[in-house]
Amino acid sequence: MTYELISYILGGLTIGSALMVILSRHPIRSVMYLVITFFFISGHMVLMNAQFLAIVNVIVYAGAIMVLFLFVLMLLNLNKESEPKMSIASQVAAIISGGIFLLVLLAALSESILPPMPQQMSKSIADIQNEGLVQNLGQLLFSKYIVPFEVSSILFLAAMVGSVLLAKREKQNTEEL
Amino acid sequence: MMPALITHAEFSKEFYLFLCPILFTIGAIGLMIRKNMIVMLMCIELMLNSVNLLLVSFGNFFGQGDAHIFVFFIVVVAAAEATVGLSIILMAFRNLRSIDVDMFKKLNN
Repeated sequence: MTYELISYILGGLTIGSALMVILSRHPIRSVMYLVITFFFISGHMVLMNAQFLAIVNVIVYAGAIMVLFLFVLMLLNLNKESEPKMSIASQVAAIISGGIFLLVLLAALSESILPPMPQQMSKSIADIQNEGLVQNLGQLLFSKYIVPFEVSSILFLAAMVGSVLLAKREKQNTEEL
Repeated sequence: MMPALITHAEFSKEFYLFLCPILFTIGAIGLMIRKNMIVMLMCIELMLNSVNLLLVSFGNFFGQGDAHIFVFFIVVVAAAEATVGLSIILMAFRNLRSIDVDMFKKLNN
């Protein structure tokens, strides 16, 4: 009952802060609300025995990616006047189409039948509780998923090289500016 | 010893089945109603994270660690995507002096 209550409250807070991300006019406020949303999502993950992922979410998303967004926003030095505006008609159209999308999704999912809980078959309760801890996930990551892990390191190298190349100032631009 | 209730995902599976589409739709609507490129990229992150949450809830429901590994790789790809996207935005801003996504119409001719 307590967990139910906590997850409902966290869910409401998550939806509220996610709405504030898209509704607040100032980009910096959007970033801060997105950080708060990620913290709430990490709270959900802790509730669902995914402790390692909750920490990774906070470190990578709220810590690294959002700081990157903040850096870029400060580098660009935007103010309220430079915020591009959208016409009311297209905003209403976007909200209506999004609402219809949500309606279809929820209607489809509410009819879905989930199988009964299969997890009690072979595992003890302690096993299930330790599922999301770093020990189990590390064993899985370095045995069954070792190839994707190595491929992701190549992906990171490519992303690093690509972003450095893209963000590098070109020769003719330096003369103009 | 943790409380026994936390082992039973029964209470949460329908709840997360509704919460995650709502979060995803909020991200999709934000992608459509904002024209600031950085905010659009943030909405993409929000959508990715809602999918992560649904994967974690299903992984908890089925008691498999594989879903956690999948979420881990999604986070990895999202980090790479955010760096490349932000550097593209920086380059576009340097050349066009705007982060309005409509400025990419100039690529047309």
